[in-house]
Amino acid sequence: MIGQKLLFSGLRTSASRWINRLNEGETFLTHVSFKKVTGIRIQFKIDSKYVLGNFYCINGRGQASFSSCSPKVCIVGSGPAGFYTAHHVIKARQDAEVDIYERLPVPFGLVRFGVAPDHPEVKNVINTFTQTAKHSRCNFYGNINVGKDVSVEELQQAYHAVVLSYGAEDNRKMGIPGEDLAGVYSAKDFVGWYNGLPSCQKLNPDLSCDTAVILGQGNVALDVARILLSPINILKKTDITQPALEALEKSQVRRVLIVGRRGPIQIACTIKELREMAKLPGTRPEMLAADFDGITEALKNVPRPRKRLTELLLKTALEVPNEEEQERRSKASRVWAFQFFRSPVEVLAIKYTGVKSNLKQLEFFHVSASVLTGELEDVPCGLIISSIGYKSTLIDPSVPFDSHKAIVPNINGRVQQVAGLYCSGWLKTGPTGVIATTMNNSFDTAKSLLDDMASGTVDLSASKAGFHSITGLLEKRGVKPVLFSDWEKIDSVETSKGEAIGKPREKILTVQEMLQVVHK
Amino acid sequence: MAASAALRCSMGLTFRVSRLIPDCTTCPWRQLKHYDSPRASFPKTTPFMSFQTTNRHMQTSIGEVNVVYVDRSGQRIPVKAKVGDNVLYLAHKHGIELEGACEASLACSTCHVYVSAAHLGKLPEPDEREDDMLDMAPMLQENSRLGCQIILTRELEGIELTLPKVTRNFYVDGHVPKPH
Repeated sequence: MIGQKLLFSGLRTSASRWINRLNEGETFLTHVSFKKVTGIRIQFKIDSKYVLGNFYCINGRGQASFSSCSPKVCIVGSGPAGFYTAHHVIKARQDAEVDIYERLPVPFGLVRFGVAPDHPEVKNVINTFTQTAKHSRCNFYGNINVGKDVSVEELQQAYHAVVLSYGAEDNRKMGIPGEDLAGVYSAKDFVGWYNGLPSCQKLNPDLSCDTAVILGQGNVALDVARILLSPINILKKTDITQPALEALEKSQVRRVLIVGRRGPIQIACTIKELREMAKLPGTRPEMLAADFDGITEALKNVPRPRKRLTELLLKTALEVPNEEEQERRSKASRVWAFQFFRSPVEVLAIKYTGVKSNLKQLEFFHVSASVLTGELEDVPCGLIISSIGYKSTLIDPSVPFDSHKAIVPNINGRVQQVAGLYCSGWLKTGPTGVIATTMNNSFDTAKSLLDDMASGTVDLSASKAGFHSITGLLEKRGVKPVLFSDWEKIDSVETSKGEAIGKPREKILTVQEMLQVVHK
Repeated sequence: MAASAALRCSMGLTFRVSRLIPDCTTCPWRQLKHYDSPRASFPKTTPFMSFQTTNRHMQTSIGEVNVVYVDRSGQRIPVKAKVGDNVLYLAHKHGIELEGACEASLACSTCHVYVSAAHLGKLPEPDEREDDMLDMAPMLQENSRLGCQIILTRELEGIELTLPKVTRNFYVDGHVPKPH
């Protein structure tokens, strides 16, 4: 042990001596400029990109000989697609500068507003995104509504390339009578409500009914079901908003039906979410055995993920549970079920005198894979959440848009017919897939962009001013951008608020309040 | 051959000594055993590691593992690793573009890799949660694993880890993403 200690101390001394020698060996200028750049990076990065850019030139660091010649890329939307695209561009080109624009004062898109509060580990990706945002060649500009505060054309003039990655903020409609009745919500709004999306805070869903029907069987549907059925003690420890928590605490919902048009083998959720439902404390599954006829035989030739998912579904629905599970189920006070081959026909509101809330009634007809039975089924329920998919919208009329597919038409992320315009994420592919899918699709777009820069398709010979020319426009229009350091203020307020009540974070629920924290 | 024989010999010695004095808490042999553990947390630089590099004999007894990453462009990147290293963080250390969005908490599949056939069977079976995540991995294959769940052992000497190609090639091959 003594020998070991001696060895360590010897190493340390020699290491520091080595560092000293290194410092002494360097020219005075390099030594000073290194320190200077570090200092300036911290102090001026956010206020003036140009200070940093000029220092690059003076010190001869990086590939940029003049700050204005480096490729300037603008990314619209700061969700996973935006950040992964930025990440790839910055990493692959040492001279590229990337600005990320965001409509809200807070970054991370669906990681903050979509990922379920009881999936904190999925949100770990925020650490990677924060690293990207804090990179010296990356800037975040929040509180800028592209399409309104600044047009895509203006961005294209200011940047060598513009990447649209603003996702899918609308939802698909069922297209049935009664879908706009009170008590019918879109999953997008419901998720936004419990996750603190400012535009959804007035939703106040009525949870005073016994049965809730969720239309659609994807992961969002299961997230909603889980939030409706989870014991409040579990939710209390998450970053779910306080108003949502209070509403869920008073919730009378005891039964959640997750209804789909197709069969068990086409179910759209992934296995992790299904397993969570199967294990959700205080709940038990209650499914119709008839829905699973012939499924086991059909499973033989399907790919592994579908096979494992369906097997778990069969096990949950049909298998006689072991003693432990039987006991768990017998104690459960809440019930969930998948229902298949049902297509919604109409939502009917029925007024019962003497009952406070209006009860809704939902009608279905059975549809099987081949035969349309025409049989109708009434399901009385008090809450309907339609979770049949998100939908991208057009934010600027100058951008080509396929309104049928609700995507920007593109080839490998290159927007067709518009040079220098790209898209990534759900706007590019449609609203499906997990974070790994979005990551690959964003890298793919970034690669297209980098290839075009290398081949000259994106013209880098003309210098572009980037945010410098946009900031004047914004000022004229009375828009104050929120920087990443501002977000960090919001972040620290939120985390300390959360800490006080045993939650990882208590989200600020209005844009106004977020801006107050920023400008304090 | 001579080198590997020497390695085996010194490994044997390490095992024997550690078996002889299993409860010795002060001497370095105990710590060596820690690095043998297949599920040991991925090593950070500890004072003890700088100690290792000064003693060639001990270094070989701990065991270096040669790993080859094949990146998305098909380039082979050989790296030297240590027993106990985590494949995800090892990639990060060497600047290989393997993402780890959920930071090894089994909530994503961004560190998806293909494992060379000769080494696949030497890995512990994936647990249910890893399999669940793999099912969401784009371009899943028989030899797919999550990088964050692979901890290097001596048996994995020469392991080749191939990063799946990004979607581009997939689409060129005629794959059309299906609507929801």
